Amino acid sequence: MDILFLLIPLSVVLALFILLALWYAVYSGQFEDVEYEAERILDED
Amino acid sequence: MENTLSSPANTVVYNDTVVRQFALTTVLWGVVGMLVGVIIAAQLAFPEFLGGIPWLSYGRLRPLHTNAVIFAFGGSGLFATAYHVVQRTCQVPLFAPKLASFTFWGWQAVIIGAVISLPLGYTRSKEYAELEWPITLLITVVWVAFATVFFGTLAKRKVKHIYVANWFFGGYILAIALLHIVNGMSMPAGWMKSYSVYAGVQDAMVQWWYGHNAVGFLLTAGFLGMMYYYIPKQAGRPVYSYRLSIVHFWALIFVYMWAGPHHLHYTALPDWVQSVGMVFSLILLAPSWGGMLNGIMTLSGAWHKLREDPILRFLIVSLSFYGMSTFEGPMMSIKTVNALSHYTDWGIGHVHSGALGWVGLITMGSMYHLIPRMYGRKQMFSVKAIEVHFWVATLGIVLYIASMWIAGVMQGMMWRAVNPDGTLVYTFVEGVKATYPYYIVRLIGGLLYLGGMCIMAWNVWMTVAKGRAVKAPVPQLVQA
Repeated sequence: MDILFLLIPLSVVLALFILLALWYAVYSGQFEDVEYEAERILDED
Repeated sequence: MENTLSSPANTVVYNDTVVRQFALTTVLWGVVGMLVGVIIAAQLAFPEFLGGIPWLSYGRLRPLHTNAVIFAFGGSGLFATAYHVVQRTCQVPLFAPKLASFTFWGWQAVIIGAVISLPLGYTRSKEYAELEWPITLLITVVWVAFATVFFGTLAKRKVKHIYVANWFFGGYILAIALLHIVNGMSMPAGWMKSYSVYAGVQDAMVQWWYGHNAVGFLLTAGFLGMMYYYIPKQAGRPVYSYRLSIVHFWALIFVYMWAGPHHLHYTALPDWVQSVGMVFSLILLAPSWGGMLNGIMTLSGAWHKLREDPILRFLIVSLSFYGMSTFEGPMMSIKTVNALSHYTDWGIGHVHSGALGWVGLITMGSMYHLIPRMYGRKQMFSVKAIEVHFWVATLGIVLYIASMWIAGVMQGMMWRAVNPDGTLVYTFVEGVKATYPYYIVRLIGGLLYLGGMCIMAWNVWMTVAKGRAVKAPVPQLVQA
C-alpha cells in the first residue's frame, strides 16, 4: 500500500493548512461579534 | 437631490452576467441530466429500450447521467451561487470579470466534451472522473480560473468579516482542485486514451479517496454554502446559531478527508484502512447533524413561513434529506451493515436521497430565490408552479428511495442466503427478476422528479421573458 505514503502525508499537510487558516481567522478577529455578522447579510441588497 | 446617491456614470455595479448565465444553465442541464437518468432507469427495467444502439447503451449513458447532474447541473448551480454570494457578502464586484466569463464558457465546453465523448465510449473508467485527459486538463484550467476569481474577490472585499457561506465555497474550491489533480494523474496513450499512473488496489484507494471527497466537498460543502446564504435570505431571519455554523465548517473539513475507504470494505484494501474509513464516516454524523439542525432551526419561532412559502419548503425539506442521508451514510459504512448493503440498489437509493433530496432541492430553492432577483422581479412568474413542483418532486423522491431500499435489502438477503449444505439458495438472475417491480416504481419516481424540473424550466423561461437583466449597484458601504 505504497499509495498511503502519498495520501496520508497529503492529508496531514492539508490538516496543517486548515489549522493555519483557522489560526488566521481567529487572530485576525473574524469571529468577533458574530451575531451581528449573521444579521448583516439580511439588509445588504 | 439626495447626496448619498452617486451619479449613474460612476456607480459600481455587481457582475451578475455570469451569475445569470450559470443560473440558466443550471436549469437547462438539470433537465438534460435528469432525462438521461430516466432513460437509464427505463433501460434497467426494459433492457431492450432504445433498441441496443451502442451509443445509447446503459454503460455509456450512465456516466453521462452522473456527470450531467453532478458537474453540469450541480456545478453550474455552485458557480452561480458562489459568484452571487461572494459579491453580495463582500460588497464588491467580481475580481477579473473576463476570467469569470471564461469559467462559464470553459465549463460549458467541458460539458459538451462529456456529452460527445461519453456516448462514443471514451472513458478513464474512474467513477465521477470518467472524462479523458484532454477534458480533464480543461477542467483543471477552468478550476484555477474559478479559484482566482473567487479568492480575488474575497481579497478585495470591503467587509472585514468573511461570511460563513464563503468559507464553505472556498473550502470546496480548494479541496476539489487537490482531489482532481491527484486522481487525474494519467499517462496519455493517444488523444482520447490514457492509463492511470496508479495500479490495482492503489488505484482503487486513490479513486475512492477522490470519489467520496467529491461527495464531501462538492456535493456537501459547496451546497452548504448555498444553504447558509439562501435560507436566511429567503426566511428573512439570521441563521439559528452563527457560532454553530462556524463550528460546523471547521469540524466538517477537518474530519472529511478519510471517509473514502468505506467504499472498499472487504476488498484487497488492508483491513485497518477499511476500519479507519468506517470510524471517520461515523464521526461525520456529528458535524452533519449539527449543521442540519442549525439550518432547520433558523425557522424556529416562524414555522408558519413553511406553510406560506414554497421556496422555503424546498430549502428546509432539502435539509431533512441531508439529515437522513448523513445518518444513513455512516450506518452503511459500518462493516457489518455494509456486508448486506454493498453492491445492492440500497447504495443507489442512498445516493439519490442525497442527490435528489439534498442537492437537488437546495439548488432548486436557491434558484427560485435568485433568478427573479437577477431579472428585476420580486417573485417567479408563477408561485403556484413552484408549489406544484415541490409536491411532484417530493413524491418522486419518496417513490425512488423507498423502492431502492426495499430492492437493496431484498437483494442483499437473497445473495447471502445459503442452504444447510452451504450452496446458494438463489441464483443471481433470481435476484434480478425479483427487483423488476421496484425498477418500475423507481422509473415512475424519476419521471415525477424530471416532470418537476420541466415545470421549473417553464417557470424560469416565463420569468426571464417577462423580466429584464438588471444592473445591481454595489451599496456605498458604511463601515461598522
